[in-house]
Amino acid sequence: MHEMSLAESVLQIIEDTARKQGVTRVKTVWLEIGQLACVEQESLRFCFDVVMRDSIAHQARLEITETAGQGRCAKCSIEMPIAALYEACPNCGSYEIHVIGGDEMRVKELEVE
Amino acid sequence: MCTTCGCGIGQTLIAGHALKQPRKPGEAMRYRVHEEGAALAHPHTHQHGVLDGVLDFGAGAAGTHAPGISQSRMIKIERDILAKNNDYAAENRDTFSTHGIFALNLVSSPGSGKTTLLVKTIAALHGTLPIAVIEGDQQTDNDAARIRAAGAPALQINTGKGCHLDAYMVGQAMQQLHLQDNSLLLIENVGNLVCPASFDLGEAHKVVILSVTEGEDKPLKYPDMFRAADLMLLNKCDLLPYLEFDADLAVDYAHRINPKLKVIRISASSGEGMTEWLGWVAMGCRNATHRRTESPA
Repeated sequence: MHEMSLAESVLQIIEDTARKQGVTRVKTVWLEIGQLACVEQESLRFCFDVVMRDSIAHQARLEITETAGQGRCAKCSIEMPIAALYEACPNCGSYEIHVIGGDEMRVKELEVE
Repeated sequence: MCTTCGCGIGQTLIAGHALKQPRKPGEAMRYRVHEEGAALAHPHTHQHGVLDGVLDFGAGAAGTHAPGISQSRMIKIERDILAKNNDYAAENRDTFSTHGIFALNLVSSPGSGKTTLLVKTIAALHGTLPIAVIEGDQQTDNDAARIRAAGAPALQINTGKGCHLDAYMVGQAMQQLHLQDNSLLLIENVGNLVCPASFDLGEAHKVVILSVTEGEDKPLKYPDMFRAADLMLLNKCDLLPYLEFDADLAVDYAHRINPKLKVIRISASSGEGMTEWLGWVAMGCRNATHRRTESPA
């Protein structure tokens, strides 16, 4: 359940931003979560609602953009979409694939009043 | 996945099947247009851009995300969710480097033999260099007591409901432990192969411990941890003659996830492989000390 800690980190980022920008209410929060990030989205949604309760983002809507996993084979250098970390290179069969995208976890933007 | 809002099927699987399947298999995914009623491509728990009965997509302040809400202010943030943890981790790493401390983050499932490994390691290195231990568990002080009995200062962090240590907790513990210069710090994380993978503590290396009483395919089942680690200790190898565990297969699976992962086969109780592990630790300590003397703060 590290999604609870992640939700708390999201709230911290929201509160820091709100303080600096004179925000009174946060209505929507956009997150970008990579397909290969260690995050279960359903769990994060649940934790988000719990953590935002009675904060400046109380009942804020959570929108999650999922970015696709992308890898590059260290042997033959081709780039490929990857859905899991143990996939082999479709070209040469090597497992030495570096993740080059899809492991991010970011707060993208906020809709505020 | 819906490219407008990112909603889609979750990754929870029950008996290999997705928990939620809002879209019928084979049915074309419809992008952008979220209509009420029969033509619904996938049911939403939220609505986009319904304003005074007019559907208005793509014209709002939020661009593609949230049309029709232009009266509200949008703030771009682009901040990593773990940024705060990573900041604390960077502070810890600075402290380690300034003081020549070699810090290891030991991660595994519960029961892999982490604490026994630490006790034996402390006993073997006793008198050669200062060692301190940070113990992470949800409850009890039992592990820290075992470490103290082995002759090293230890601080127990109880995470309560938490499933991992984070860099802030470790930073606080470091202050209380009064770490010595040119020492070894062993951080035993909460027994959990999932969550600690995401949280940098400022350590030099994550060391994952897999015991032969577990399944060979654990690296495939919990890939994030094996990807995050630099060293895998295959523990309890003295039990191999009594088990059906295929050690080569386990190592092969681990290398599929992380081809650069170094593997040492050990048994903390019988002592097998301990020389190689202790040599690896000693070399890390020498390098940390060396870097400190090369670039004094």
